[in-house]
Amino acid sequence: MSKISLILKREYITRVKKKSFIIMTFLTPVLLAFLMFIPTWIATMEDVEVKTVAVIDYTGLYEGKIADTELLKFLFIPREGEAKLRADFPTSDYYGFLIIEKDLMQNPNALKLYSEGQVTMDVNEHVNRSLRNYLKDEKLKSLNIEGFNEAMAELDKINVNLSTVKISDDGTETQSSTGFAMAVSMFFAFLSYMVILLYGSQVFNGVREEKTSRIVEVLVSSVKPFELMMGKITGIALVALTQFFLWIVLTVVIMIGVNVLTASNIDVSAMGGMNADAMQQIEQITGGGGFQFNKIMEIVNSFNPIRTVLLMLFYFVGGYLIYAALYAAVGSAVDSEADSQQFMMPITIPIMIAFFIAFMAFRNPSSSVVFWGSLIPFTSPIVMMSRIPYSVPAWEIILSMVLLVAGFIFTTWFAARIYRTGILMYGKKVDYKELWKWFRYSGK
Amino acid sequence: MPFLEARNIVKKFANHVALRDVSISVSANTIFGMLGPNGAGKTTLIRIINQITGPDSGEILFDGCPLKAEDVARIGYLPEERGLYKKMKVGEQALYLCQLKGLSRNDALKKLRFWFEKFEIGAWWDKKVEELSKGMQQKVQFITTVLHSPSLLIFDEPFSGFDPINANLLKEEILELRKGGATVIFSTHNMASVEELCDDIALINNGRAILTGTVKEIRQNFRQNIVRLDFYGDPQQFANTLSREHEIQELETLKEYNTAQIRLSPETSVNSLLTQVMGFCQIHGCQEVLPTMNDIFIRVVNENKKTV
Repeated sequence: MSKISLILKREYITRVKKKSFIIMTFLTPVLLAFLMFIPTWIATMEDVEVKTVAVIDYTGLYEGKIADTELLKFLFIPREGEAKLRADFPTSDYYGFLIIEKDLMQNPNALKLYSEGQVTMDVNEHVNRSLRNYLKDEKLKSLNIEGFNEAMAELDKINVNLSTVKISDDGTETQSSTGFAMAVSMFFAFLSYMVILLYGSQVFNGVREEKTSRIVEVLVSSVKPFELMMGKITGIALVALTQFFLWIVLTVVIMIGVNVLTASNIDVSAMGGMNADAMQQIEQITGGGGFQFNKIMEIVNSFNPIRTVLLMLFYFVGGYLIYAALYAAVGSAVDSEADSQQFMMPITIPIMIAFFIAFMAFRNPSSSVVFWGSLIPFTSPIVMMSRIPYSVPAWEIILSMVLLVAGFIFTTWFAARIYRTGILMYGKKVDYKELWKWFRYSGK
Repeated sequence: MPFLEARNIVKKFANHVALRDVSISVSANTIFGMLGPNGAGKTTLIRIINQITGPDSGEILFDGCPLKAEDVARIGYLPEERGLYKKMKVGEQALYLCQLKGLSRNDALKKLRFWFEKFEIGAWWDKKVEELSKGMQQKVQFITTVLHSPSLLIFDEPFSGFDPINANLLKEEILELRKGGATVIFSTHNMASVEELCDDIALINNGRAILTGTVKEIRQNFRQNIVRLDFYGDPQQFANTLSREHEIQELETLKEYNTAQIRLSPETSVNSLLTQVMGFCQIHGCQEVLPTMNDIFIRVVNENKKTV
């Protein structure tokens, strides 16, 4: 077995066996599922309770004018009942009671809603809207306009429905969903950002561990420093991919499980990476939810999922590699945690900038800052990911990919020169001048 | 033919010259001491032999051929700055290090079992390194250095951090390795161990090998005509008689006899010294005193400092 694969194997196995890795891998999808599931669950919880509001109308004008909804009923009781109602209210089943004292046309403030706790927005809203609409209609009627009813019917029919359509270079048109594109774009950019920071710092810590534990000189008497560095970087890349794969699989499994258990329609839009078979299964299981799926699939298909996933993998790996080498170089240069801060800065800053540019891309994916950001290798893994849901010209993607590959070859070459000297330097105060010397120093 | 030969090695760093022009020659199946003050360039030379860095000029001949990348499998190196992965299990880690040296997993396992038994640390196989004492870690490191039966072993300050018992164990193992046919280079500041173990030495100072040869020869060459004389008789008279011509460095009355260390004036033999004192004392013993490696080290380095 070649030495680089031995190193890779060790890096991979020790990391995958770590408790923190196992916990992270299994807990994240559970949390994710919870985050998606809880709102739906809470919504269903709310649905159960029917609220009844007692109404005492002193004017007698509004009886039946506040429509009942599925969950909100209005019961008009005679005005004599007020005293009794007030007395019995704490023990009664009423959610609250509404008292209308005067004609609201003249006295808009002459109504009050009493309840035990804070009145929810939707109840408040419903009462307000119902009465306001009724009053508006009354007012309009009182103007005695000719053909009023017909005009109202016409008004009701007026509706505008904006649908967005993407036109690709070859002229084909696809239905697009701006909201969904934005969500996916944000999700990709954030994921890319996390991957670089999370696994980049693992490389940093791994290199520093080897240096501070003084095992590195033993290692470099058996293998070349470059092999050691590349073994570590690729090993951690595989750890990242493993974690990713498990996250996707586990999320899908959990979602299906939850679906089976609750047989309710959970928003599956977040499961973009899911394969068609699983989709179909869920569709069969959920039955009634099928119509939603078709719609979602249509949107997902408009993004060309296979191409998107492949691009995603490429930019994750590329982004990770370009920064991992730099993290390795910094890890090799510093002895103490305190020293590391000054060298971490120039690495974290471009990542942050990339993230900000990605935010611009959510708003305007074709601005020139975003364009350049998605070409420059240090920012492209994040910025280009955020652009991908809004179709990007093929030449831009290809150019960006080529630049990214060139970029990581460059950073690896650059980092290896520093790494080689850095790992064997102890107890020296390192600054940028020193790093530059190491870089220029051309020993084998 | 020397087993390892370094020819005119020059190595410059950005700020200073580590090795100016060093040539050493290590014979097969000997223990070679590489001596020198801190910062003399020993570790740099050792790293060049281990191919961790390359020389700017000069060459290393290993077993008669220029050093090749594959030769790392035939070299075992215990660096001065040494450590292990703290979170990794001892056995796994030893196995990993041996595999990196090119051993197959099975071979490494078999040999590791043997050595762990020999050093009585078999029970530590599944412990994490951070649970081990420093001495235990040193044993593990020693094992991983020698396990692949290298023909050249390089120990950089092997005794630092070892307690006397383990240091002794290590010494015995080093002698054992030589007996088994290995060539050993070892770098140390512990001059007593040099006298005890080394066949040849090279003293490196300021990037140059300023003194090379066998330990025996060097001590002979540096002898200063000093004898130790044990005698019965009057020490006062002894001193009076000799101090005109020779230098009495030490004169001490012990329980039964007196002992003196005398530096003879040039061109006097021990015999003439003895005839001078034989009239009034009885000689109990007489022995030439060779300088210790420690003395030689200090003298040579100081002289070198003056000339530079």
